[in-house]
Amino acid sequence: MSDALLSTRELHVHFEGRGGAPARAVDGVDLEVRRGEVLALVGESGCGKTTLARSIMGLERPAAGEISFEGEPLRYDGRFLRSYRSKVQMVFQDPMGALNPRQSVYEAVAEGLRIQKVPGDEATRVAEALSRAGLRPPERFVHLYPYELSGGQRQRVVIAGAMVLNPSLLVADEPVSSLDASVRGEILKLMLELVRDAGVTILVVTHDLGLAWNIADRIAVMYLGRIVEEGPAEELLSNPRHPYTRALLSVVPEVEEMEQLILQGEAPDPTRIPAGCRFHPRCPLVASGEAARLGIEERCRTEDLGLEPVAPDHSAACHAL
Amino acid sequence: MAVTTSLLSVRDLHVTYRTQGGSVPAVRGVSFDLAPGETLGLAGESGCGKSTIAGALLRVLPRGTEVTGEVLLDGEDVLAMKPGRLRAVRWNEMSIVFQGALHALNPVQSVGDQIAEAIKLHRTSPDSASRIATLLETVGIPARRAGDFPHQLSGGQRQRVLIALALACNPRILIADEPTTALDVMVQAQVLELLERLQRELALSMIFITHDLSTLSYVCQRTAVMYAGRIVEAGVAEEVFARPAHPYTAALAAAFPLIGDHTHRMNPSGLGGDPPDPRAIPSGCPFHPRCAVVTPECPEVDVELWPAGDDRRAACIHVLDGTRP
Repeated sequence: MSDALLSTRELHVHFEGRGGAPARAVDGVDLEVRRGEVLALVGESGCGKTTLARSIMGLERPAAGEISFEGEPLRYDGRFLRSYRSKVQMVFQDPMGALNPRQSVYEAVAEGLRIQKVPGDEATRVAEALSRAGLRPPERFVHLYPYELSGGQRQRVVIAGAMVLNPSLLVADEPVSSLDASVRGEILKLMLELVRDAGVTILVVTHDLGLAWNIADRIAVMYLGRIVEEGPAEELLSNPRHPYTRALLSVVPEVEEMEQLILQGEAPDPTRIPAGCRFHPRCPLVASGEAARLGIEERCRTEDLGLEPVAPDHSAACHAL
Repeated sequence: MAVTTSLLSVRDLHVTYRTQGGSVPAVRGVSFDLAPGETLGLAGESGCGKSTIAGALLRVLPRGTEVTGEVLLDGEDVLAMKPGRLRAVRWNEMSIVFQGALHALNPVQSVGDQIAEAIKLHRTSPDSASRIATLLETVGIPARRAGDFPHQLSGGQRQRVLIALALACNPRILIADEPTTALDVMVQAQVLELLERLQRELALSMIFITHDLSTLSYVCQRTAVMYAGRIVEAGVAEEVFARPAHPYTAALAAAFPLIGDHTHRMNPSGLGGDPPDPRAIPSGCPFHPRCAVVTPECPEVDVELWPAGDDRRAACIHVLDGTRP
């Protein structure tokens, strides 16, 4: 058993769907975030990755299953959640939306300290958090307002606001996708620094496999509410085993010499998760007849399955493996 | 590229927005050529002027915007056209696929009616249900969906409708402004595949505008990279991406790491600072405050697109002294 900081067990999160059937946004997820790592949760929009991140933050209540942090199950009373959120912080996609336009940089970063009633010298902590987030010297920034900052600087303020509480886990949902391309690398560099120097663990939610190559130790690929493949980043990206991961990787322009495997259509909505392997209606193995040749097509259509080990620390959910 | 083979030739284009805060020079002297059947990429980040160029080519910029230079379509200057002539050219010769599949469509009109309207506005020939059906099928949407409203379609399908709209009057030139930016990777790949097929089958010439240099490297033959309202590098798309001559292109390319390339593994690279405010563009080479190889003369020298190897030009003094990065 590795050193899990946070884990989910058989986690299900449902929403009320149109016409009665619930949307099973998270549909049985076992995920482990290990101490000191950067784990990338990768998938397309609608796959449930943001819902999973929000439920890890305690923002969505599971319909079933459990989330444990440092071995202790998450509870949903106010007192527990308040103390939990000093240890687990979230960074959102759009820093402009995450910051209050009428709040100065100082106020934005100090807010968490005040909510958590952290004792000690507030100004010193704010200054430390700002310089740790790369806003140096901090006194140049404390009096500024969001509109006076660039996109990259705003995201640094959001990160400073999260880091001021010295959390053990940072959940970052598409932290750079709203930023200009040339600025993204700087924010990613900062995230790696936080892992190395501040000992934080990061769960980064993204659709971008290039980002995962840049900063992730491990990757979990999500499709329609489930993790379908999980493993060390290099191994998973150089030797993807699940047909969905392969297809996803083949269409990334940053991958050379891989034949494009463009899936038809879009992922079905989570009120209508297909029976059997949930990927089978779009699976190239099924479409090409490969699954039939392997004698597994019937199982693909009827038999749901979980992750099975395919290599050390690498697992995938596919009948063909 | 010789001027005679150009379908579209843009010469010394300047675009200045008039705002309450003063003049904003968004495009500051841009020239390029588009050959028949060619796909040209225009790359750059927000505020670099790339979308303004799209607006200038079709003359759809806000009233009062100052536009100078020439936009020669078969030798005829679009910027000098009278309204009647312009209407005949717009959509019939040159049309645009907008970004943001959600906001570019009218939410309370069926997609078929929106296509019919585009045909009616720009054409004298009567629209017909069969033309709409053909257009929808061309972009991979079943004709029976013509009565659907935008909210009944997925993001990818809406982007396809926008492409059908742009194709409504059989243009020769298609300008695609970030046509895949808001889409998921798989849908992005589907739309790129579609654009590529259309370009081939309809013999379209295309200007593909995006911040995503890696996408350009496989959909375009040639790419121009823009910074602060000017082209700073131009050349064969794949080459520009693989072996950038301008330090800005290099930084932009590094933002799209090659998966499998170990120089980028656990080593993200970006640029310090931010794209310049068009109202306060740095002197000399406008990129110098963010440049990793800046020298004392960079703030002084007026850079221009100098030859930088095979079919390549770059606006960096280092291409002159041979120490190209």
